Amino acid sequence: MDNSVVINLKEIKKIYDMGGAEEVQALRGVSVEIHKNEYVAIMGPSGSGKSTLMNIIGCLDTPSSGLYEFNGVNVSEMNDNQLAKVRNKEIGFVFQTFNLLARSDALHNVELPLIYAGVTSGERKRLAREALNHVGLGDRVHHKPNELSGGQRQRVAVARALVNRPSILLADEPTGNLDSKTGDEIMILFEELHHQGNTIILVTHEEYIAEHAHRIIRVRDGMVETDERVDKRKTVTTV
Amino acid sequence: MTGALETFLHEVRESLSMALISLRTNKLRSILTLLGIAVGVFSIIGVMTAMGVLISSIQNGMTFLGANTFQVQRTSPMMTGDINERLKMMNRRRITYEQAVQVKEFASLAKAVGIFCYLESPKVVIAEGGKKTNPSISVSGREIESFLANNWTIDNGRLFSQSELNSGNHVAILGADVVTKLYPKTDPIGQTIKVDGHKYQVIGTVQSRGSVLGGGDESFVLIPLSTFFGIYGKNQEFSFKVQADALAIDDCMEQVRGILRAVRHVPPGEEDDFAIISNDSLITQFSEFTKYLRLGIIIVSSIALLAAGVGIMNIMLVSVTERTREIGIRKAVGARKNHIMTQFILEAILISQLGGIIGIILGILGGNLLAVVMNTTAVIPMDWVLIGFLTCSVVGVVFGVYPAWKAANLDPIESLRYE
Repeated sequence: MDNSVVINLKEIKKIYDMGGAEEVQALRGVSVEIHKNEYVAIMGPSGSGKSTLMNIIGCLDTPSSGLYEFNGVNVSEMNDNQLAKVRNKEIGFVFQTFNLLARSDALHNVELPLIYAGVTSGERKRLAREALNHVGLGDRVHHKPNELSGGQRQRVAVARALVNRPSILLADEPTGNLDSKTGDEIMILFEELHHQGNTIILVTHEEYIAEHAHRIIRVRDGMVETDERVDKRKTVTTV
Repeated sequence: MTGALETFLHEVRESLSMALISLRTNKLRSILTLLGIAVGVFSIIGVMTAMGVLISSIQNGMTFLGANTFQVQRTSPMMTGDINERLKMMNRRRITYEQAVQVKEFASLAKAVGIFCYLESPKVVIAEGGKKTNPSISVSGREIESFLANNWTIDNGRLFSQSELNSGNHVAILGADVVTKLYPKTDPIGQTIKVDGHKYQVIGTVQSRGSVLGGGDESFVLIPLSTFFGIYGKNQEFSFKVQADALAIDDCMEQVRGILRAVRHVPPGEEDDFAIISNDSLITQFSEFTKYLRLGIIIVSSIALLAAGVGIMNIMLVSVTERTREIGIRKAVGARKNHIMTQFILEAILISQLGGIIGIILGILGGNLLAVVMNTTAVIPMDWVLIGFLTCSVVGVVFGVYPAWKAANLDPIESLRYE
């Protein structure tokens, strides 16, 4: 299996200028490598720098110093438009609060990344339907988010994240707004996606969720505290 | 190159459809906003359409001038300019019968010259049974050429005969309004009418052309010019109508002007002391006359559009704040700044153009109410429609840029967290 490095972070620092002489060091030199088809959980309490790290990995933000290579390309000094392109092609986001366009139906929500990728309308609809089928929502394409359950909404978000065939799936507390049963359903879906070859990065503060991953990176005070493989993985195949 | 263009068109199309979706989801707000634009555009288009109706009614020859005809008289019908100029015009010398006859004699390019003379005040016409018209009937002495130059058709009876014109017989031809008033059921031909105590035998009537500009221009009695002289004397103010060939009308006008200047001894370099009225000059004068009205309307409408533009900006700013999260989502999945910018500007343009279209439609309908009242053809002022439409687009762009810029520069992380 191709085992190439997808994400390569070297000595990443992020400093927020709070005005005056006050500075906050959110990240104080983080170095991490993530390979293709890994299933990684990033854990840490609030204020640990976990969110900042996720934003940098997701190309929503750039580091103050350090090197970030994505598929071998240096993205740490890209401008807004170049970052937007990387997000569009390479990263699929899944958020705790789903972040779907409330007034658009599932199909349009899933189409969105393809619109900005410049895919023609017909092809877009086809790919979006395919992605919705893939997450088991083939019969809900014209439902709006408020006509769907929480679990279904998160599935739409997963379909949207996957529709561009990104290099990584970046999930920020994907089960945080779901009850445990639907949360498990989403974790099963992630399991399947991992088996199909997707690289998944899961950001969470719940051990229970992190244990689904192959590898857990614990962040504390802006640094990597531990980075270890999980030997006895928790697998859920049925609910 | 074509690839880049295709991508661009594709992006515009996508932004357009997204903008439409967002307008549709905010119906009430969009409608209220575009109403402001609609009112501004309505007032411009409405007034310009009404002007167009008036001008076209002049152009359609439904006025007192026939085709390829111009009229020469002492003063212009619509007086513009300052008080001194007007006084000067009022003090012009009369055009005498002799001067008019000389023009008739020497104007070789004219097909027909019809000299005529009005009584200064309108008259009451009394029929045999004692039936009276209002004191609003214009009485004029005419030559036979007048009928050609005025495009008058006799629909009942006959024209003046040569001997009647020569010997000053008391015969009269009536305009349609006089016929309707005095002889609603009887045949007017052969009847006797009385004007100023003088009796005339009715020999013909002029076919009605429908009334224009409030009507009233068919309330006339025509008598032979010689008859007119016999009763009222020759010491009058004369006018004449000239009919020319379609191709030679300008030359003919120049020729008549030259002859009249010569016989009235107007020194070279001084302006004419008479007025030549053609359909063109009427339209020019009308435009001149209504210039300030139009200017005023344009200013008022511009202020209205400005206010509406500020309204659009306001609503777009609210929309940007309200949709912060949406913008964050779009950015997270790969929207670039120009995508967001285009979408929001297009929204602003769409609102103002929709408002513009509504204003244009209402304006055309409103302005053409005049056409209905005047019983003439409807007009669509294409130039103003275009100007109105373009102005709306400009308003949309100008007032949409700042909100769109604000939206495009939102921080994706902050926006995604926005509640």
